[in-house]
Amino acid sequence: MKILRFSRKQLCIPYALFLICFVVLPLAVIVYYAFTDGSGRFTWDNLLGFFTNGNTIGTLCYSIAIAVAVTAVCLLIAYPAAYVLARSGLKKGPVLLMLFIMPMWINFTLRLTALKEILTILEGNLSLYPFLNTVIAMTYDFLPFMILPLYTTLLQLDESLIEAARDLGAGPAAVFFRITLPLSMPGIASGITMTFLPAMTNYVILDMIYNSTYIMGSLIGSYFNIYDWNNGSMISLILFAVICIVSLITDREEQNDAKNRGAVL
Amino acid sequence: MRENIIELKNIKKVFDDTVVVDDFNLTVKKGEFVTFLGPSGCGKTTTLRMIAGFEFPTEGEILLNGKDISSLPPNLRPINTVFQRYALFPHLNVYDNVAFGLNLKKLPKSVISEKVKNVLEVVDLEGFEKRRISTLSGGQQQRIAIARAIVNEPDILLLDEPLGALDLKMRKEMQLELKSMHEQLGITFIYVTHDQEEALTMSDKVVVMSDGMIQQTGTPEEIYNEPKNAFVADFIGESNIFEGRMAASMTVEFCKTQFPCVDNVPKDTRVDVVVRPEDVIITAPEEGQIRGVVDSAVFKGMYYEITALCGDNEVVIQSTRDAVPGQEIGMKIDPDNIHVMPAGALMNVYDGVITKDGRAAFAGGEYECDLTQLCDGSRLSGECSVITAGGEEIDLAGTYVTVEVPVKAVSMSDEQKEYRASGNIISFIYKGNHYNYTVRTATEEDFVLDEDDLWNEGDHVSLVIPKEEIILKRK
Repeated sequence: MKILRFSRKQLCIPYALFLICFVVLPLAVIVYYAFTDGSGRFTWDNLLGFFTNGNTIGTLCYSIAIAVAVTAVCLLIAYPAAYVLARSGLKKGPVLLMLFIMPMWINFTLRLTALKEILTILEGNLSLYPFLNTVIAMTYDFLPFMILPLYTTLLQLDESLIEAARDLGAGPAAVFFRITLPLSMPGIASGITMTFLPAMTNYVILDMIYNSTYIMGSLIGSYFNIYDWNNGSMISLILFAVICIVSLITDREEQNDAKNRGAVL
Repeated sequence: MRENIIELKNIKKVFDDTVVVDDFNLTVKKGEFVTFLGPSGCGKTTTLRMIAGFEFPTEGEILLNGKDISSLPPNLRPINTVFQRYALFPHLNVYDNVAFGLNLKKLPKSVISEKVKNVLEVVDLEGFEKRRISTLSGGQQQRIAIARAIVNEPDILLLDEPLGALDLKMRKEMQLELKSMHEQLGITFIYVTHDQEEALTMSDKVVVMSDGMIQQTGTPEEIYNEPKNAFVADFIGESNIFEGRMAASMTVEFCKTQFPCVDNVPKDTRVDVVVRPEDVIITAPEEGQIRGVVDSAVFKGMYYEITALCGDNEVVIQSTRDAVPGQEIGMKIDPDNIHVMPAGALMNVYDGVITKDGRAAFAGGEYECDLTQLCDGSRLSGECSVITAGGEEIDLAGTYVTVEVPVKAVSMSDEQKEYRASGNIISFIYKGNHYNYTVRTATEEDFVLDEDDLWNEGDHVSLVIPKEEIILKRK
């Protein structure tokens, strides 16, 4: 029997097909719609329309504000938690980590409904604090995505580096700011990527807690609901650009670190 | 007379019920190069970490310039360490790594850059300031690690097997460089290694450690020429170790022959005799103190390593002249070169208890034994009871006893039996015609025993003890 042998190029075919079908083509379709009008003619109107409309600009700023707030709160909660879990030598560390991760195993609708009830009890009327409620709900939902990469990075942190810093005269604060924090930057960077991007778009969370404010995701949704593919696509494209910028910033950190890691090994 | 810089007094360190360092006493003078030498797991690194401040002694005190620093954290000690795997900060470049300690001291920028420049010259890496750590070779990283430590001008520099990761040629080079750096800087060096050659080459003082205890402290010459016990002799350089007996105060008998020696030890004392291979002189058969037959001769570059059989004892000789296997030779040893040291214990002693089925339980095992030893003139009446000479029956179950087992009586087996004590071989020494093993059980008790066959360190073995050899004494 003849054994089938594939060259590297042939083995790439399924992957390339997948990429073309599900990444490149849809993106091309989005670009096409973004720069055409309803009758299929090329136009800049969608782009200009977005940046001349106070409402859409306002939504973009509001989304960024929400995303920054959610990411910051997640980081502030996740970093100490991950630090304690990874570095304090707790015997039950993995169990505690599991407790942080476990909400992810429960259906997201159920979780948010529960959260909504709790917030209603506390606040009475949910529409009073839309920004706060959005941040609370998103933080609750995205926290595991921040904790996990931080936990992994902090777990891998070489204890001898910390000892070396202490040996050279660093007290606990200096050890943290000069060694632990810089070396956990890649974890922070991937944590930010994992929370910042969904926080700009995940309007389902807003809907679930009866929030009437708009974020970028809601804007796209509303255009698509009235079959305005062109404006919806343009906003998606703008969001794509924002996300690209954030990724570029955080990726640089990760790449720096990858270079260092590679050499240490 | 130079002043003492650091004193370790009765240091003891216990990790989870295991004693890692015990009864450690050492005084280091200012500017000395001291080496802790011992096999892995002997406690040398733990001792170093206690000096650095990463571990705190369970008992005892560490005095630096006369002040107790035992509970001071590492950042408050004027001591710096060169780590085994360098531990350079990957996110900082060479300059920032070296300047790390100085930056923390908040020195002016110009002073820092001056000092960094100077220290990089000392380690021969001028112009490397902007390089990333990842672009450096192992040897260069090593030098940066040293530079990062000495730039702080510590009172003491600790080096934890710093050359372990380098290849042989690099290691030899760094040994000499470290030695000259030590002379140049005048800082006290405390160096940890398991490489005896490294220790002998570089140090002013060598501390030989084994099993958490200091075996001997002395200059390299003292350690080599006057080893205090068989462990030190075996660990440092090649040696012939024989079991012997003092025939008179200045005469020792081993290999069935009496040799004059220079040690004044009372007659009939059992001793271990150490003779370095280069100290055995080959003569014509009739001219030697002992005769032997050459078993093998191997050319080693500078000399021939000849193994001769003298009765059932093997003698290793280093000689510049070749010998032919089967050839009969005589051997002479200068009295100065016969090192006599107290022999190890003859008896293994344990605390034990008699079980319900009449066995002696000790060291994690249960062994059949002769219970009648516990009452004079008694005879056995049941599984664990005896009838005394007076006709009285005594139940011995639960009796606490001291169990003595002669070294010669214990043997090892790789067959595990439920009742037998078992453990790992932690060390062994070749003594001319047999090996002397130490086996440590899970209960942290040691069995010393002699065997003809070679086993490996770390082997898990069970211990066989014949019933009639177990000596019981009531407590």
